[in-house]
Amino acid sequence: MTVTVRIQREPFDAAVEAKKLSGGRTDVGALVTFTGICRGNEGSEPIAALTLEHYPDMAEAEIERHVAEATGRWPLLGVTVIHRHGRIPPGEDIMMVATASSHREAAFAAAEFLMDYLKTRAPFWKQVEKADGKVWVEAKATDDAAAGRWAAPGKKHEAAE
Amino acid sequence: MKLRYFAWVRERVGKAEEDIDVPSGVATVGELITWLSGRGEEYAYAFDNPKVIRAAIDKTHVKPQASIATASEIAFFPPMTGG
Repeated sequence: MTVTVRIQREPFDAAVEAKKLSGGRTDVGALVTFTGICRGNEGSEPIAALTLEHYPDMAEAEIERHVAEATGRWPLLGVTVIHRHGRIPPGEDIMMVATASSHREAAFAAAEFLMDYLKTRAPFWKQVEKADGKVWVEAKATDDAAAGRWAAPGKKHEAAE
Repeated sequence: MKLRYFAWVRERVGKAEEDIDVPSGVATVGELITWLSGRGEEYAYAFDNPKVIRAAIDKTHVKPQASIATASEIAFFPPMTGG
């Protein structure tokens, strides 16, 4: 099991990072990569950039907790999560999740689970930079709902509240 | 006890962190928010809607009922927008 969790300011190469999970081994039959990218608009308005504030140490620890839950729930052979902070212009990657498994079901499910959890629990806060200044992005109820669907039957999703 | 503030909570309070002495009657995160609101206008503004404030004790998410008795660091922030 190869687990990599990195919080960094610098850009990363998602394809290179994902390939590290399958390179040099023959037991990985499925490799899923999700990349979150900075769009050039928020709603219908163009933006100059996103700025991500984060809670150092907690961000890493919280994502590691999510990864531990994922590896407990699905038979994974590797997981990589990289999340940037700081100023990110449109078109650049903000973050990635890569999951490796023998078969696709676990790789797809774990990647989606990690994204839904990360969206509601990882301590990052986005600001959009528009022509007239910076505005904080508001959390979405749909993200909480998405995270909620992974709760074990009979258990409520702990959407950090 | 160290308090840390992030995003617009930090902007409204006017600082990213501070060390404070919490009075012994303040036992939970929720009670701490109420007590902080009384410290000044900037705190009242930051915490004027306690329902949207999230908290972490020693870098772990907690609910408003959580005890602060053994906390060394408590952070307050809005709902997260990472990912």
